[in-house]
Amino acid sequence: MNDRILNLLKDSFVQILLPGLEMTVPLTVISFSLGLVIALVTALVQVANVKGLKELARFYVWIFRGTPMLVQLYVVFYGLPKVGLILEAFPAAVVVFSLNTGAYASETIRAAILSVPVGQMEAGYCSGMTYMQTMRRIILPQAMRTAFPPLSNSLIGLVKDTSLASNITVTEMFLTAQRIASRTYEPFWMYLEVGFIYLIFCTALTYLQRWLEKKLERK
Amino acid sequence: MLDVEKVHKKFDGQEVLSGVSLHVDKGDVITILGPSGSGKTTLLRCISFLERADSGRMEFAGTQVDMHRAGKKQVLALRRRMGFVFQSYNLFANKTALKNVTEGLIVARHMDKKAAAEIAESCLQRVGMWEKRNSYPHQLSGGQQQRVAIARAIAGDPEVVLFDEPTSALDPELVGEVLQVMRSLARDGMTMLVVTHEMRFARQAANKVILIDGGHIVEEGRPQEFFVRPRTERARQFLDLLGRENEGGTGAAQ
Repeated sequence: MNDRILNLLKDSFVQILLPGLEMTVPLTVISFSLGLVIALVTALVQVANVKGLKELARFYVWIFRGTPMLVQLYVVFYGLPKVGLILEAFPAAVVVFSLNTGAYASETIRAAILSVPVGQMEAGYCSGMTYMQTMRRIILPQAMRTAFPPLSNSLIGLVKDTSLASNITVTEMFLTAQRIASRTYEPFWMYLEVGFIYLIFCTALTYLQRWLEKKLERK
Repeated sequence: MLDVEKVHKKFDGQEVLSGVSLHVDKGDVITILGPSGSGKTTLLRCISFLERADSGRMEFAGTQVDMHRAGKKQVLALRRRMGFVFQSYNLFANKTALKNVTEGLIVARHMDKKAAAEIAESCLQRVGMWEKRNSYPHQLSGGQQQRVAIARAIAGDPEVVLFDEPTSALDPELVGEVLQVMRSLARDGMTMLVVTHEMRFARQAANKVILIDGGHIVEEGRPQEFFVRPRTERARQFLDLLGRENEGGTGAAQ
């Protein structure tokens, strides 16, 4: 490794990190938050056995778990305009990522709800509470503790998956690295570097997860 | 005060309750005995609507309901007039002992926090668990958890408290503290319906004993009579069996 490469790595680090903070992070945070809301609703209508909505939820999960995210991105960004629905690149990515997260996380949350012993619901009933009251105050808080580690996994996965958005012209970290690589003819060092930056992001999240898990345990 | 009439319940085609009727007066302490699988737990669960009876009528707290058809609101209203103590305690795992007691008062009965806390204090005092009010269930022994569960069950000022084998999941050395709490409730005039295997409690604290077998009430009477001079052959068999199990113990042998 000579000085030229060292300088190049130094310069590009900031050039890649910046779109990371401006694009990758917001894309992840927005998509994951929306995804969690979708997941919660999707899980609840299934657990509560809401006729009609339950089937719809199964159908939605089936579609989004059964097709590649890359295909979904292409359909939404390049395909939908042909039927009159035009989305900018960023919102298109948010739509796909949140629906995707929603589908996977709904299964995590559903399983976590089902893992709470039935006796907890019965005790809620016998304390005079309704199904929804018990669900909200007793079952969900316990389920969320169970769901926390796998949901953290999904979040970390999503950070990396946002690199797919480069395919629909979202200038996030990977697309930026690609551009620098083709400009400088240093694909080896540039792709290693962008990989390293993803690693930093994910490592930070791992530590955050551990810290939060400890806090949750203390109760 | 509580009248249950001709409850039928089948599980997968198997008849568990075949027309059980029950009359409870205010202040009654009734123990329900019977071999396992006799339907005694199912009876309590039907009364509290944790199971839906296939048919049957119930009169409680001034209302008459069809036990099969009762609507959500009716069920909710009836449940708020009774307390239920589970075999496996079922304390809310994410709440402290105190919150376990106040939860139903605040959420279901819309009481303000201060009033709920006052009631919880007196209930937890009554079961000797006030000192442990800030402990989470997993930090408490089985006996302590069950005492908190009893405090939770009586917090809503119920007209009857249903106990579903409240000591069956406990280590033997912890049974005593729970029975003691139950005895003191009985002394204070609480109306109680207790499914149990604790013959001592049945003999000493109850004013009526019911033996259920095969989904029927086989015999009912005052404990003095039931334990000393059972009228039916089935009751004699049941008591003999128990007597043999707890040698020199609490059964009907002596």
